[in-house]
Formats: sequence, C-alpha cells, structure tokens
Amino acid sequence: MRRSIWAVGAVSAVAFTAAAHAETITIATVNNGDMIRMQKLAEDFTKNHPDIQLEWVTLEENVLRQRVTTDIATKGGQYDVMTIGNYEVPIWAKQNWLVALDDMPDGYDADDILPAIRSALTYEDKLYAAPFYGESAMVMYRTDLAEKAGVEIPDQPTWSDIQKAAEAMTDKSNDVYGICLRGKPGWGENMAFLTAMANSYGAAWFDKDWKAQLDSPEWKAAVNDYLTMMNDYGPPGASSNGFNENLSLFQQGKCGIWIDATVAASFVTDPDESTVADKVAFAQFPNKEGVDNHGNWLWSWNLAIPTSTDSEDAAKQFIAWATSKDYTKLVAENEGWRAAPPGTRTSLYENEEYQKAAPFAEMTLNSMQAATPDKPSVQDVPYTGGQFVAIPEFQGIGTAVGQMFSAALAGQMSADQAIQNAQQLTTREMAKAGYPK
Amino acid sequence: MATAHSRSAARLMISPAVLVLLGWMLIPLSMTLYFSFLRYNLLMPGTHDFIGFMNYRFFLTDPAFFSALINTLLLVGGVLVITIFGGVLLAILLDQPMWGQGIVRVLVIAPFFVMPTVSALVWKNMFMNPVNGLFSNIFRALGMQPFDFLGQAPLASIILIVSWGWLPFATLILLTALQSLDRDQLEAAEMDGAGPLSRFFHIMLPHLARAITVVVLIQTIFLLSVFAEILVTTNGGPGYATTNITYLVYAQSLLQFDVGGGSAGGIVAVILANIVAIFLMRMIGKNLDV
Repeated sequence: MRRSIWAVGAVSAVAFTAAAHAETITIATVNNGDMIRMQKLAEDFTKNHPDIQLEWVTLEENVLRQRVTTDIATKGGQYDVMTIGNYEVPIWAKQNWLVALDDMPDGYDADDILPAIRSALTYEDKLYAAPFYGESAMVMYRTDLAEKAGVEIPDQPTWSDIQKAAEAMTDKSNDVYGICLRGKPGWGENMAFLTAMANSYGAAWFDKDWKAQLDSPEWKAAVNDYLTMMNDYGPPGASSNGFNENLSLFQQGKCGIWIDATVAASFVTDPDESTVADKVAFAQFPNKEGVDNHGNWLWSWNLAIPTSTDSEDAAKQFIAWATSKDYTKLVAENEGWRAAPPGTRTSLYENEEYQKAAPFAEMTLNSMQAATPDKPSVQDVPYTGGQFVAIPEFQGIGTAVGQMFSAALAGQMSADQAIQNAQQLTTREMAKAGYPK
Repeated sequence: MATAHSRSAARLMISPAVLVLLGWMLIPLSMTLYFSFLRYNLLMPGTHDFIGFMNYRFFLTDPAFFSALINTLLLVGGVLVITIFGGVLLAILLDQPMWGQGIVRVLVIAPFFVMPTVSALVWKNMFMNPVNGLFSNIFRALGMQPFDFLGQAPLASIILIVSWGWLPFATLILLTALQSLDRDQLEAAEMDGAGPLSRFFHIMLPHLARAITVVVLIQTIFLLSVFAEILVTTNGGPGYATTNITYLVYAQSLLQFDVGGGSAGGIVAVILANIVAIFLMRMIGKNLDV
C-alpha cells in the first residue's frame, strides 16, 4: 500500500515537479454529524496543504473502537489520525501508543481548551490528543408540560425535584412519559448514565483497594430510584432505548424530561428536526440532597496520532486544522453558529454570536465546568473518569454490568439480584485482570 | 470400472484442492487453539504467557456461559420447529395450482434475500417498538396495552425474527420435494378413499422426510452461529436473555479485547457444534441412507 503510494508519488513527481512530497494520511473517524461535516469542509485544509492528501475511514462508533483498538494494539499502522474518546487517551498514552501533541503549530492555542477537557487528555503533563468536540450531561425538559403540570425545575435540581416533576408530567393515555433515560446495555450507553447518576448519589465503582462497591447502599439507592422512575414514569420498552432512541422520542414530544449528553441540546432545539424545538429548557445534572456531585459526566471525541504512523508531521498539521478556532469559524460561515463543534474551547462560549444562536450554550458550559473527572466521587477512589472508569478492563465490565441493570429494567430480575450479579462479575473480572495492581 | 491405477491418478489430481481446503480450515483452527492457551489481551501489550487451561476455566465458569448454552439450543430448536412446520404448510399451499403462482412464490422467497441486520432493524424499529411500532399501534387500536417484545420476551422475539428469515429457505426445499411427488400415487389414494389428512401423513410426509432432514442439517449449521440479529436488536440482553455462544465469544474478543478468552470460547463453540452435529446425525441419519 505504502509502496504503491510512493510509486504514484514518484510518477507524479516526474510529471509535476510541484507534487514532490505528496503524502497521504488515513483518518479513522466516527459517523457522527460533526465528523461528517469535517469531511465536507476538509477541502479548506487540502487547499492550503496541497502536498497532503486525506483518506477517510468513517465507521459507526463501536466498530470504529474495535478497529482502532485492534490496529493500535497490534501496531498495525493502518491509520495516521484516530478519533478516540477521552476514555482511551490516558490508557493509550500510558502504553506509549500515542504521539504527544506538545509541539502543535503556532496559533493552536492549547490554553484556550476547557480545563476539564484538557486535564482529561493530559498524561504526565503532556497533551496526547486534541479535542474535536466535548460534552457533559444535563437535564432537558419541556417547559409547556412543566407549566401544565404546575411544576418547576430549578437550575440545579435534586433527584427528588426530578422525580416529582416526572410524576406530574406523566400522561400515559396521551403517550407522554414523564422521564426518558437510557436503558440499552453498554458501557457507553446505560452505564454512562447510571455511573454518572451513582456518582451524584455519592457512590463509587471501587474503593481504594480496587474492591468493587456495587453493593454499597449508595449504588443500591441510585439503582432503585432509577428503576422506580423508569417503571412508573418512563416509556415502555426502555430497556432497549439508547441515546438515539430517546432523542427521537423527545423530538416527537413523548418525553417530559430527558437527562443526557449536552450535545443533544442542539438536536432537540433544531426546528427542522424537533417538534418541540421552542419548548425546551435546560438544567444541570441532578444531585442527591447533601451530596456535592453533579455526576461528573465528561466526554470528548478527540483526534490523536498513533506512534505507528509514518507521517507524523502531516497528521499534526491536519489535527491542528480540525481542532482550531479557525475551523469553528469555518463551520459558522458555512452552516451557522449553532453547528459549531461544542464543548472544547473557552473562546467559543465567550463569543456573543454563538450565545445568541445557541440557547443551550450557557448550561453546556456550566455543566462542563462542573465536571471533575479526576475526582469522580465524593469518596476516595483509585481511578479517574467521570461516567466511566479509566482502566482497560472497564469496557468489558461496564457492558456486562449494563446487561444486568437492563435486565432489571425489563423486569427479568429484581434490583437486588441485578446488583448482586453486577458485584460478583465485577469482582471476578478484576481478579482475572490481577487487581490490585 | 475404475482400475486401481486410475483411482490413484485421480487421488493425485485432487490432492492440491484437498490440501488447500485442509489448510483453509486447519491453520486458523490451530492458531485459535494456540491463542486459547495464552494470556493474550490486546489492551495489555507485551504479555503472552502460557497459562494452560485458565482461559477455558474462566469461559466455562462465566456466569453467562450456561444461559448462553441454553439460549443457543433454544434458538436453534425454536427456529427449526417454526420453519419446518411453517415450511411444510407453505409448501403444500404453494403447490396448489392458483392464479399468480409465480408472483406469490417470489414474494414468499423474498425474506431470504434480506440481510439479517436489515431485517432485524426493520423488525425492531417498525414492528416491535412499543411506542411507534406497528404491533403497538394494533394493540392500541384493539384497546390493549402495547407489549414490549424485545424487553419482555427477548428470546422469543429473536426466534421470530430469525424464523422469518429462514422460513423461505425451508419452504423452497420442501416445495421442490413436493413437486417431485408422483401425482398418480395421490390420485390412487384418493380413489381408495383416503382423506386429505391421511394422504398427507401416509404419502406426502414420508416423501418429504429426506428434504426435511436436509433442511434441519443445513439450518442447524447456520443457526448455531446466529449473531447479526442479536447484535442489532438486544445486544445479548436484557441480562443474558439473548446471549448465545457466538455472542459470548464476540463479547470476549471484541468488547473486552481478550484474544485468549475469545479463542477458548471459539474452541468450546466448535466442540459444541460437533456434539450437536453427531446427535443430529444419529437421530435423523437413518433417513439419509437409501
């Protein structure tokens, strides 16, 4: 492959002396709207860098994760730029799998990156990935339904506020469900939400000696409240609803409250896609009374360079372009400010035009700044990560535990049984992986 | 009459093909076997220690393993029962002379050409979804509570989806078998006063026996490794309700990047498939000798 590219390069060098150093970089990315937009706008990059050609590999999130993980672990060298989450960054940086991005081209302005995101992508004081867009989680609710039901949701609600409001908004005869939450099993699906919820109840995955804590009273309280809310006020079939399913339910006006990623805000307020675009308000992720923790949900999709690349400089130039302030401006010029990739740079939130175009900007920023993934729980814990635990084993453990809670939600087992199973299998996997390390 | 000489020449000539096929099967199998004895996780580089049967022990004592085994058998059994019964009935129906026979047959065969992932998505979102699905609207129109198929009866729903995809296959094989049935026999039986039921049980069914055997064997091979429908609809859940052995191996190797554990699971699956195949051969093998 490489050789043929060089051969083509050589031939074209004979033909056009200008293209003497044509380099091709392969970029693996997710099929999310923002990344698709990046591909469309990439002409702007190739115009200014005629010596670099881009090849895109666009995949669905889970498939992408399998591909890039397999590639990087086996030193495959298929990709020069990878799109990875902040879960992978510290783990991979520790394995020396990523190139440090401490010498980005001038004008990149790393100090402009939101502190929470920046610390999540930093390992031993070096940045190992550049954030493309970031998110926290918040409450999205329908103002018209809240008014009709005579309830108010404060800017910083507690879980009992949410329960009361959900109860008051529920009108099953008209297909309106008080609250929609994720139930589809997966470490990045229902467990992202449940881990954040457990954090806000003061729970933790592991204690200081890496002992699983899923059967602690805090976890039990969180899981029981989640099941009560979903069984009494949630939509039917919630055990197979993930982010996308809930998004479409909310857009069709079937949900009173939806607590999920801040990125969803721009979709539910989009008049072209949402039937309730002008009736949505936002609040911070709830906490339990007396627990000073708003879940600590923090996720970002980032661009990183594997050490197995052979075009490091070209890859760096591309990443600097795609995650720069200028790229945000480019999107705004082409698609309007609402479409700007959110949640990575302070300067975007100081921009008045953006604040005007995006009613959710302020709450998104507040949520992102409230997240402290380096201290996920009010308890002392040996791990980092907000709605996940930043250890390699978490993907497997989180998904298996997610299956248990999904089964409890579907009524296939009791909450206690699910908690007990989750505790057992977590303990078992941790023993298999040889913790405490 | 083949002489000994020409027979050995023939063997020599087919040997390259046989060798290629053997390599095709043996090399991946032996690599899997080799990996299954190593501690080999993609996320923990540099460790490839030999750990004996530890991967097997962990796979077989996995809390999901026993349910996965039962689910695999239920899935195969359930789909076989539905497709054989439905296939025989449909084949008899399509064997009747009727108007538009060609079009009807094409329509009946169509589901077989729909990709499993596509059919699963269509079933999940357009039929079984408890809020927007067709079934839930029918339930509501009849004044009943919508039923959450994939939440309340996950394995039965998967069996239904897979059966829908395989029914045409069974129908097609059984229909061709029926068409080779000697009409004179049926007419003679009718003249002797045999009713439709006894004609079916004493003439058609014995005639279909071998075709049914073929359907059972071929479908079992494919159904042991059903995967796409599960991945798309339930992700093996809720709990382990729809995790079969194939899905468990996938979860080990690609969700946990545990190559060793996944390989051990793969070997276990191969052994299980062979056990099932031996039983099948025993049970219905007698139909295969002339």
